[in-house]
Amino acid sequence: MAIDCSRVITRGGIVVGVLLSVVAAGCAAPTPPGGPSGSEMVLADGYEPESLHPLLGYGVEGASKFYDGLVAHDADRQVQPALAASAPEPASDHLSWTVRLRTDVTFHDGSTFDADDVVATFRALLGPAYASSVRSDWATLAGVERIDAQTVRFDLNQPDAAFPHRLTLGIVPAEAVADPVPVESSPLASMPVGTGPYTLAEWRRGESMELAANESYWGGAPAVESITIVFAVDDNTRAQRLRSGEFDGTVLPPALAQTFVGSQYTVRHHPSADFRAVTLPTANPVTADPAIRMALNHAVDRQAMIGGLFAGRGSPASNPIPEVLTDYSEPSAQFGFDRARAERILDEGGWVLGPDGTRVKDGVPARFTLMYPATDTIRRDLAQGFTSYARAVGIDVALEGLGWEAIEPRMGADALVLGDGSPFDPDIVSYPLLHSSYAGDGFNNPAGYVNPAVDAGLDAPRRAVDPEQRIAAVKQWQRDYAAAPGFVFLAFLDHSYVVRDRWNGYQQVVDPHSHGTTWGPWWNVETWTSRR
Amino acid sequence: MTRTREIGWLVARRLAFAVPVLGIVAVGVFLLAAASPFDPIYQYYGVDAFTATGADLAATRARLGLDDGVFQQLGRWLSGIASGDLGTSRSFRQPVAQVIAERLPWTLLLVTFALVVAVVLAVVTGTVAAWRQGGMLDRVVTAIGHAMEGIPPFVLALGAIAVFSLGLGWLPVAGLTDAGEQVTVGQVARHLLLPALVLGVSQTPWLVLHVRGSLLGALGEDHVSGARARGLPEHTVVLRHALPTALLPFVTLVGTRIPELVTGAVLVETVFSWPGIAEAVVTAALAVDFPMLAALSVLATAAVLTGSLLADVAVALADPRVAADG
Repeated sequence: MAIDCSRVITRGGIVVGVLLSVVAAGCAAPTPPGGPSGSEMVLADGYEPESLHPLLGYGVEGASKFYDGLVAHDADRQVQPALAASAPEPASDHLSWTVRLRTDVTFHDGSTFDADDVVATFRALLGPAYASSVRSDWATLAGVERIDAQTVRFDLNQPDAAFPHRLTLGIVPAEAVADPVPVESSPLASMPVGTGPYTLAEWRRGESMELAANESYWGGAPAVESITIVFAVDDNTRAQRLRSGEFDGTVLPPALAQTFVGSQYTVRHHPSADFRAVTLPTANPVTADPAIRMALNHAVDRQAMIGGLFAGRGSPASNPIPEVLTDYSEPSAQFGFDRARAERILDEGGWVLGPDGTRVKDGVPARFTLMYPATDTIRRDLAQGFTSYARAVGIDVALEGLGWEAIEPRMGADALVLGDGSPFDPDIVSYPLLHSSYAGDGFNNPAGYVNPAVDAGLDAPRRAVDPEQRIAAVKQWQRDYAAAPGFVFLAFLDHSYVVRDRWNGYQQVVDPHSHGTTWGPWWNVETWTSRR
Repeated sequence: MTRTREIGWLVARRLAFAVPVLGIVAVGVFLLAAASPFDPIYQYYGVDAFTATGADLAATRARLGLDDGVFQQLGRWLSGIASGDLGTSRSFRQPVAQVIAERLPWTLLLVTFALVVAVVLAVVTGTVAAWRQGGMLDRVVTAIGHAMEGIPPFVLALGAIAVFSLGLGWLPVAGLTDAGEQVTVGQVARHLLLPALVLGVSQTPWLVLHVRGSLLGALGEDHVSGARARGLPEHTVVLRHALPTALLPFVTLVGTRIPELVTGAVLVETVFSWPGIAEAVVTAALAVDFPMLAALSVLATAAVLTGSLLADVAVALADPRVAADG
């Protein structure tokens, strides 16, 4: 505020009085940036949630500030009891899991949390009448029963060793889902009532959201008493406002985040399980060809693309499991960049270089269309990079930037740049992505990848009790996939954040696909303490 | 007495005419939304659509009645309206009435302020320009006015942000308040200034040029020559004798500029992250959020009809020569 108030006012001869009062009001002392004390935090996010209802997908991967799940993930991605009193226990046949509940928990509205709330939440999740948008994620859940006030049992339709990872779903009060109506009309969508460490103080749609500490939180009242999240869609605007000191942190694209190195802020890059991959549809004769599939996986220099497009912030991907998850990732199932090898594979596969530089086999040119969502610049850049690498080995890829409504009906036949990812149990993302039972089912396995060996490898860990056995099975299907790939996985994107270091308690995590101000550095903000 | 009755008839006739117009707008928007290639189920699911199975999508589609025929959905919506329920906005996940109640006041504040800015600016500069026709100020105002007619409000908005917010640092870039601040009069006033000025200034050129032209015409009329001949001071001639007659068509023009003001508000609110109703139009349109879109279209139509009605009534009241039966 450098405006000279007196001059504006004395020169206001031609300006109406209303205007004057506004200018005068505008000349009030500017707000000191960053908040007055260590108990308040102001963050900026590029994405505003449409709904805060867990059954519409809010905080479904945990770290929702308003809700708690029965379990939560710790920094090492392990399941820890949250509203559960102890770890979920499987039955001997692995077809049910029993969860004991805490007895000292109340909802924000003061009502007591018990088994009825858990049963009501999960029944609403499964009931078509509630039209929950995340129901498909619980495909193995058949039903939920109340054993007593402090115990519930989850019944499955098939063994699912990864099931406890699904129990991060926020529990809502039973009264909130008493009527079997679509959850979009529930007041919880805009006024959450959970058990979480924060309550919603105010939500100015399109502008900001204010979270207030839940003083009676069962895990102890958070030291950061107030968190304001300002929504600013444009990356450059957010960076500009951050530079002026208005925020304590935000999420930015890696290259833009790097410009804050050496400023009053700390730049943090989180590895993620957030992959981008090119699908190779089985229904397309070119992309279904084993030689084309294998050759493309060797033709792409993933590290160079990450360097060129994301300022080096990312890691190469060969399958949905990032190498940062060292316990599950299989080193021998990674594809290296080897153009000569790609060309040899194509030669041996019968794809002969034609006069126009495009290979041909049995009169069919090595040509296919690659679609990407037109508004997504990351996917567009990756698609362009992929195209030039494919071109170099004689495969002609035509790019089409489209809206999702145009992509959806075509993704069975045309390639698509796809993105998803979860750092938690490998089953969560890999099973729907690669298992033949999901082939062509919505966006899950859009290109119809079918590989019986991979199917068996995905099914085995669901039944495996012993962690060692599970890991061995997960590594086995990665090797089977690498022998007959159906995608070209390109990269896991790092998520970059710029934060003001005023608190103790930050712990780096591997981010899921979703990020912003719930995940990222602030995933455990309720345990942070002020440095002052 | 008959004059009052005439104006009363004008209002009644216009209101009777407005009802079918609003109905046609609502149904038209509905049919357009139904014909668009966008599928509302993806709006409902958001990013969850990428992990949903086809069977679950179909079940939800059936539950929400998205597979029903266009006219069945239209009937459901109209019967809701009849019982006072505007429906639920899918893109805001809130009742439509609530979205409007939360956002409309901010838009009214912005638009009212912008209108005041535009009118005052137009009358003052237009009058001065016409008074000193051919003078320096007149030439500048006319040139700027013609140039500005071609500049869309969002260009003006981005330019204003670049100069006053980023360059000079006088005013905040966007939003209703500073981050984390309460909604106080001071905060809102500071944040209102730039968007309201931009919106007001963007509407000014037509008005300025009109005031100038209209006043030049009035200055040549007999009663003005008469006043000059009686030796009245120049400012009395211009302000008391010429300006009132010149401003009558101006009132009508301001009324007909309401649609432009609504369109301008959409752009200005989007650029300045002003949490008003016009910004919601963009969100709702992109999401094929029919209940929201229909309510907003009807609201915008009503604003336009009301604007021209008020202008006509004002003219009829001010000028007894104007017939009120048209």
